[in-house]
Amino acid sequence: MSYHLNYLFLGVFFVGACAVPVLALGLARLIAPRKPGKEKLSSYECGVETSGDAWVQFRVQYYLFAILFVVFDVEALFLFPWAVVFREMGMAGLAAMAIFLGILALGLAYAWQEGVLEWD
Amino acid sequence: MGLGFLIPAIVILAAAPIGMMGLTWYERKVIARMQDRFGPNRVGPYGLLQPIADGIKMFTKEDLVPEGADRFCHLLAPILMVVPSLFLFTVLPLAPGAVAAPLATGLLFFMAAGSSETLAIFMAGWGSRNKFSLLGALRSAAQMISYEVPLLLTLAVIPLVVGSLNLVEVVKAQEGFRWFCATPWGLTALALTLIAGLAEVNRTPFDLPEAESEIVAGFHTEFSGMKFALFYMAEFLSTLALAALAAILFLGGWDGPAAGVVPARWTNALWMTAKTLGMVFVMIWIRGTFPRFRMDQLMGFAWKVMVPLSLANGLGACFWVLRPGLAGNVVSAALPLGAFLVFTQLWLTPKPHLTTKWIDPALKL
Repeated sequence: MSYHLNYLFLGVFFVGACAVPVLALGLARLIAPRKPGKEKLSSYECGVETSGDAWVQFRVQYYLFAILFVVFDVEALFLFPWAVVFREMGMAGLAAMAIFLGILALGLAYAWQEGVLEWD
Repeated sequence: MGLGFLIPAIVILAAAPIGMMGLTWYERKVIARMQDRFGPNRVGPYGLLQPIADGIKMFTKEDLVPEGADRFCHLLAPILMVVPSLFLFTVLPLAPGAVAAPLATGLLFFMAAGSSETLAIFMAGWGSRNKFSLLGALRSAAQMISYEVPLLLTLAVIPLVVGSLNLVEVVKAQEGFRWFCATPWGLTALALTLIAGLAEVNRTPFDLPEAESEIVAGFHTEFSGMKFALFYMAEFLSTLALAALAAILFLGGWDGPAAGVVPARWTNALWMTAKTLGMVFVMIWIRGTFPRFRMDQLMGFAWKVMVPLSLANGLGACFWVLRPGLAGNVVSAALPLGAFLVFTQLWLTPKPHLTTKWIDPALKL
């Protein structure tokens, strides 16, 4: 029971944590001047007139790294619970995780060999 | 009971901005000393009131939202950046019993809160409708997710050895000067955590997302006034929390000799603070010393050196647990060292120009 109060605390803390930036922004809104102008509101491009739209296509490689990340992030999800009970499992546990990680490492090695990790 | 909740919450929410203000002063002073300057010395004794002057300035600056921007994203991004960075402090113990939420999953909670800042950064970049902002946000996202993989793999050695993700248990396991930085795997993990952590909080030499000579100020180019201040605050809070985490995981947290006269709780809190400030100093030192990475070096280093190295280190820690004594120590030192030598060579050796075979090079996206 008392342990679950920790999560209740985090809920209370969430309200307080949100209040910090909201209050700061609210106070700044009351104090700060507001004199918008056409030049001032155009998006910043080092003083040169803005050209074209900013919402453009970008390199496909960003997605490739995102895919690699998802693979290893899901793997971390398995790794942490395994690590907590590692002492009880001993060598057998190590072997099981080594096989799992070995397959993932092979995937990374394949991506490396295919040039996915080259940024150019 | 209601009061029992409010006190730690108020302490964190009040101490965090004050700590952040102190940290800005500390960083500017240390950097100045390294660059043979004085740093802030006009406002108050030793420039100590400079952060307050900066705060007042931030409050009185106009808040600009560029035309055509996604106003909702633009407003929400700084808030979503600060809230998780405050949450980082809820699981960090300062002294025995002095922790707001001693979660059994503390380490995982810390990582989850820290990595959610990637989303806020991308919202900021996308919401600004500015090319520099979008480029900075993309770089940030790519960098943060790339370095999160070695960071997670590295930190997995802690539950491996301690058998718990609770940060209080982690410190208790190191009490009596059995600090993890004195073990071969612990030393490697400390180095990896610092490197990946610097990348996670976008600090030099990993500050490409804010490389001012290339993309102005990156994802926060279009933010001014209080919104900019909130980004700044989140960055410093994350740095502070990361330093504290490194001190807890590898430097024994509150463990240290007691002074006898003063109650042990006070010396414990003092030790924890001193270690955290020491780690912060190392980060500032790195900032004052190293040049910035290049984008391809940055990504290559994460995937080709850090990931294999953290895997080898984890394997070394497994042996250290299973075979205590000399054998475990030798194996857990040799594995990461070997991996480091092999993979830095593989990473640095010049190779024939490689591009992803199945992407048309003429496309140049």
